[in-house]
Amino acid sequence: MKTALILGATSDIANACSEQLAQQGYHLQLAGRNEKSLSTIKSDLEIRFKTTVSTHIFDALNFDDHSQFYKDLGASPDLVICAFGILGDQTTAENDWALCKEIMDANYTGAVSILNIVANDMAEKKSGSIVGISSVAGERGRMSNYIYGSAKAGFTAYLSGLRNRIQKVGVHVLTVKPGFVQTKMTEGLPLPKPLTAMPEQVAKGILKAVKKGTNEVYILGIWRLIMLIIRNIPEFIFKKLSM
Amino acid sequence: MKVGNWSNYPIVDSEMKSYNGSGKLAFQEPFIARGNGRCYGDSSLNNNISSMLGHNKALAFDIESGTFTCQAGMTLDRVLEITVPNGWFLPVTPGTKFISIGGAVASNVHGKNHHFDGCFNEHVLHLKVLTNSGEIKTCSKTENAELFETTSGGMGLTGVILQVTFQLKKIESSFIDNKSIKAKNLDELVDLFRENEKVTYSVSWIDCLQTGKSKGRGLLMLGEHAKLDQLSNKQKENPLVTHPPSKITFPMNLPPNSINKLTVKAFNTAYYGKQFSRVQNSIIHYDPFFYPLDAILMWNRVYGKKGFLQYQFVIPFGQSNRGMHQVLDKIREYGQASPLVVLKLFGKQDDFISFPMEGFTLALDFPIRKGLFEFLEELDRMIVDLGGRHYLTKDARMTRETFFKGYPNAQEFQDRIKKFNPDYKFSSLQSERLGLTQKTS
Repeated sequence: MKTALILGATSDIANACSEQLAQQGYHLQLAGRNEKSLSTIKSDLEIRFKTTVSTHIFDALNFDDHSQFYKDLGASPDLVICAFGILGDQTTAENDWALCKEIMDANYTGAVSILNIVANDMAEKKSGSIVGISSVAGERGRMSNYIYGSAKAGFTAYLSGLRNRIQKVGVHVLTVKPGFVQTKMTEGLPLPKPLTAMPEQVAKGILKAVKKGTNEVYILGIWRLIMLIIRNIPEFIFKKLSM
Repeated sequence: MKVGNWSNYPIVDSEMKSYNGSGKLAFQEPFIARGNGRCYGDSSLNNNISSMLGHNKALAFDIESGTFTCQAGMTLDRVLEITVPNGWFLPVTPGTKFISIGGAVASNVHGKNHHFDGCFNEHVLHLKVLTNSGEIKTCSKTENAELFETTSGGMGLTGVILQVTFQLKKIESSFIDNKSIKAKNLDELVDLFRENEKVTYSVSWIDCLQTGKSKGRGLLMLGEHAKLDQLSNKQKENPLVTHPPSKITFPMNLPPNSINKLTVKAFNTAYYGKQFSRVQNSIIHYDPFFYPLDAILMWNRVYGKKGFLQYQFVIPFGQSNRGMHQVLDKIREYGQASPLVVLKLFGKQDDFISFPMEGFTLALDFPIRKGLFEFLEELDRMIVDLGGRHYLTKDARMTRETFFKGYPNAQEFQDRIKKFNPDYKFSSLQSERLGLTQKTS
């Protein structure tokens, strides 16, 4: 039976992925900062799907521990979903270097640190899938969230380069760019319904893409179109927009 | 955002926050916890709402003894998905599986087996409640008993129900041995209920538009969990199969006045007429037996944008028969009741504030029209004069007077709310209307 490692397992998207993977019979390794939340999710998955679930303390910002964390997993995973990240408040981050750095580290540096380790292991095994949950925010910097967006842009570029490197040895890398998703992270934001996906939809899209070996997926098709337009607005116009 | 419960009345502008498992109160200001919004009134509405739906994990399930622990936001359909394949069923279930466990406790829901098994909380072993002080208290019939008693049917006014442990019911199969009997009128129906008191599940549907000898004609539906040897060969292939996902969504809000005397009459005639023989036996899955309306998602759209009121009351035995006749006459006169009127027998219920009492309960829907509220006022008076009372979970309009007349423990309930919830941190539009809590800000 296959094993999946979920990094940032307490997020809503991660949790939806875990449920669907458990349903397909995957063994799960749940990694995150909050031990209590992890063990609650573990009990739920074990009761509902009769699969085995282990929990692992993981902090994306403790780069030095990542190598040991990966060694301690026990079984080496066949699928890794990198789902951690923080949105952070843009305006605060513009003035507060600590928060700004945390946004960059949680969304980019931390992901690079752990996925380097995962990628080397999978490259050696010549098999496996790496899923990075990036964001449409990374496709073009906008005033409303460019610190988050720039970190996600870096992450998207990282995933693309990683794919270029290890698809040759049979490791699949999937970049996910969900648009709006109704989660804890976006609670209270006025999200337009037709553009907003549910975490279950995102999970379904991810698992389908893993199965098919897709390189990049937007969950709601409309986002591909929206981002195509946003990417193609000439900079001299774009800079005047309030987005 | 605009929030309404299942009857789409009232709709209020609320700030809704998901409870995030932190063990902290969601708001500084007064708020009310809300599950899946399947109650019919304003019990889980206020300007601040703490949504418990994301707090929905299974925490423990003992397959040997059938005890189950989950977070309060888990809905019954998910509980069934987990427990039924292991041969365990909900001890008590209302007519929809889309309510949360926390809602089941707060409403202390009843089912078709009330005369047999009591309300849901009879089967609750213990609860965790997030109280006014921010402390999480465990309560049960023996530990913090007063908190437990007041939380059972207490409409979320003692605190936020976080976690529930309850005892499931052992089943051999997920099918129901179902018997359906036609009754010519109300008296025959009442006799049939009495004759079948030993049957675990019973409920009836009645046609409230009939007059004279046919007044209250209807169908009595009886059920027992089917034993393995009662199943057909096909059913035996998967005797503990769970419910299928609901597929049909009611496509749109119907225009106003779609539910009128004519359409109701047509529906009722068709419903009564579809069964030819007086008695019909069948082995059916639990899903159509317990949750016939769940098959159509968003069936509430039938009543249009204006919404509807559901009206459920109980009249004690002794008064029941005469009372039911009076009430049915009144409803027929008014002439705008729903197609589905549900009549059921309640057994004894001795707890503190829950709705059921020994007698007959009737539940019906009324589309919102001019004059409805005045009419229901009259009906309220008639019912409390008969010694009856109304179900808070289906109420959006009752007066304080009606509530206090119907519930002998109303004053003590109010006092205990004051004790557990002194600054009215937990407060709903309903509790404010009934004067059980006061608006503080």
